[in-house]
Amino acid sequence: MPGRVLLIEDEPNIIEAIRFILSRDGWTVDVHSDGATATDAVAQRAPDLVILDVMLPNRSGFDILADIRAGDATRDLPVLMLTARGQSKDRDMAERAGASLFMTKPFSNAEVVASVRQLAGRAEGP
Amino acid sequence: MAKLPLTGSRIRERRLDLGLRQAALAEACGISASYLNLIEHNRRRIGGKLLNNLAAALEVEPTSLSEGADIALLGALREAAEAAALNAADAARAEELAGRFPGWAELIAAQARRIASLERTVGTLSDRLAHDPHLSEALHDLLSTVTAIRSASSILAGEEEVDPEWQARFLRNINEDSHRLVTASEALVRYLDAETAADGARATPQEDLEAWLSAEGWHLADLERALPPSAASLVQRAEALRSDAARRLAADYATRYRKDAEALPLGALRDAIARHGLDPAALSQAFGVDLATVFRRIATLPDEAGAGPVGLAICDASGTLVFRKPIAGFALPQFGAACPLLPLYQALGRPMSPVRAIVEQAGRHSARFLTYAISQPGQPADFDGPVVFEATMLILPEPQPPQRQAQVIPIGPTCRVCPRDHCVARREPSILSASD
Repeated sequence: MPGRVLLIEDEPNIIEAIRFILSRDGWTVDVHSDGATATDAVAQRAPDLVILDVMLPNRSGFDILADIRAGDATRDLPVLMLTARGQSKDRDMAERAGASLFMTKPFSNAEVVASVRQLAGRAEGP
Repeated sequence: MAKLPLTGSRIRERRLDLGLRQAALAEACGISASYLNLIEHNRRRIGGKLLNNLAAALEVEPTSLSEGADIALLGALREAAEAAALNAADAARAEELAGRFPGWAELIAAQARRIASLERTVGTLSDRLAHDPHLSEALHDLLSTVTAIRSASSILAGEEEVDPEWQARFLRNINEDSHRLVTASEALVRYLDAETAADGARATPQEDLEAWLSAEGWHLADLERALPPSAASLVQRAEALRSDAARRLAADYATRYRKDAEALPLGALRDAIARHGLDPAALSQAFGVDLATVFRRIATLPDEAGAGPVGLAICDASGTLVFRKPIAGFALPQFGAACPLLPLYQALGRPMSPVRAIVEQAGRHSARFLTYAISQPGQPADFDGPVVFEATMLILPEPQPPQRQAQVIPIGPTCRVCPRDHCVARREPSILSASD
């Protein structure tokens, strides 16, 4: 199952922890931290799934997700959204924007791994 | 799983520190290397002469090998494991972690305490989030930092081996993030202090009333006298009441307080409590007054009456909390709706029927309380007008030892910050997500 994950997040220590736990689970983890160029990074790196923070420098994660869903090649790409606010409106916005799953900070390592595995399973599909 | 003393782990650590081979130490102590190996892996208990010999060979005091890790540290680690719902196998290794890596164990325990403190901050602030974008932004930073610490700590505390380079990296990250947390927390406090100072009118009249009563110890001695001052004059000189609305609320409160004091004079009430204890039903019968009056009088006893901590909550017919006298460990939200499972609301749903229940608060300490509640008309009966009910709940610490086997109702602060995942009364998701 493990493949390539693109982590779009700007908190260095969260990046390091997620990269570690997913790498240990067998995933190849690429990282991108700038919201403005995140859509290009998704196109160039062609990941199996994306972990996308809502609050990024220069561009909102919701806007990036909208781009992903609008692209022919990335329309069905599994996207796990991360939010720190935990407010209902963020979850609603994530669902409306087409997030496959979302997690609220502070999340656990086990949740991250389980969510990625779940999304990858869905991506492989029948 | 049986808990093993970790003398063996400490022997091993010390031996490795000295650069001694297992066989050499075993020979020095007159035992086989395989037996020492079993000891070092905590599969054999030792003491007496052998422990003394090993300590001598390792140039340490025997007690430094045999005494366990600091109890407080182990307690903190176990609390951290419980809070993170760490699996039982890992959680049972807290002593091993403390024994083998005392510095890291201290760090994890300190971070867990810090996270607990910050979660309390989150609980306090979350009610205001929807109304304050600056606060929301600050909390985002804070939660991101907590997330990073939590992830790194979980990796270090987990069962799987982490190579030294990564260990050092995560240790450094935790250290950095802990400093960020301090900075973020201080910034939040400064922001809130400044906001409070700059915008005193932000506090509601109800908050002003409660602040005034709190400063008075919730007991208005002037209103207990035979010839009390008028409610208006009493509130007029109260500096904590900063608005006409607050003074009006306080005057209404003082008027009711005086009526309660006339129905249950302080001296007689003390005598009755000496006979019946804090039993609202017995006191109600003894004085021929309704339960809500008894609740309010118990909640406003002076400290010297020795009633101990007493909380009180009153809600109107909409369920809105219109009065809160806090009691430590029992969360009543300052903003937004309270827990639907509060006996207060059970009482509201069945007017005039007394409710008594033991409740258990959510959270690390899960304190239990004995509660009494009743819903009664909030104003004199009138055949022409609507009857508006008001529910009152008295909150006492759970009697020790518990007097009877009663059903315990699990409650929480308010859904937004309640950690109970599978609550039948949940209105909305909690920002305190489930742990790993």
